Amino acid sequence: MSDLECREFVERVTAFLDGTLSAEAEQDFVDHLALCDGCERYLDQIRQTSQALHDLPGEGLPGDARSALLNAFRSGRS
Amino acid sequence: MAGLPSDDVLLERLRTGDEDVFVLLLDGWSGGMLRVARSFVSTEESAAEVVQETWLAVIEGIERFEGRSSLKTWVYRILTNTARRRGTREHKIVPMSSVDDQGPTVDPSRFRPAGDPFPGHWWDYPPAWPSPEQGLLTAEIRAHLTQALAELPERQRLVVVLRDIEGCPYDEVCELLGITAANQRVLLHRARAFLRGRLEEFYQREGDES
Repeated sequence: MSDLECREFVERVTAFLDGTLSAEAEQDFVDHLALCDGCERYLDQIRQTSQALHDLPGEGLPGDARSALLNAFRSGRS
Repeated sequence: MAGLPSDDVLLERLRTGDEDVFVLLLDGWSGGMLRVARSFVSTEESAAEVVQETWLAVIEGIERFEGRSSLKTWVYRILTNTARRRGTREHKIVPMSSVDDQGPTVDPSRFRPAGDPFPGHWWDYPPAWPSPEQGLLTAEIRAHLTQALAELPERQRLVVVLRDIEGCPYDEVCELLGITAANQRVLLHRARAFLRGRLEEFYQREGDES
């Protein structure tokens, strides 16, 4: 079993997902992941959180601002 | 955003006045731009004006865009510059660091203490979440996440909005916000951990009620 504690694992997930852990730290991370269901779940939930954000629709511009911009595009391009 | 043509195609069409393409970008990007602008300025109205001003600058400057970054990053650079100027005028300060940027991101009491046979390991695993339906967020989860985003310290919110919601690449976010890669990672990590915690609370409440 690697020496990595769950308490440290949870602080490294973003570095892991971004691929910025050192080779050694990444190996520790992956070793721990293989043995710890709790940390596997934590990592997966961080991924799900990131994905949920990706799917979060934003509110658009107010309608009058949108049409003003469309007009500006039309007149700027013609 | 999925399904956009390549930058070359977008640029060519914008420059020849293709309205459909302009509308595609306007509707696709304005929501995220509003979120980002909102972190720099004092009110929703100001944020909307910053986004409007940005699009006007884009319309005016599209001929001069040289393609050294992606089109989206170029637009966001205009946005953050405009928003920053506006924020300064409104005397709104985005703190450069914050106490929220330090310390553990998961409540230490969830881990076993020193002296335990398994120090630093979970007492109880994080509770399982209901399996998500592919690509579907319920209105409740959307509202909950939006609320949680609003509670984040501004710099954390900016980074997580740009990275996770807008999907901007790492290096471009550093450039846009003028922060180091290490700093960005800390901010992104803290934001994600906080938001995960909020989702956990939400799912637990739901589980208790049903």
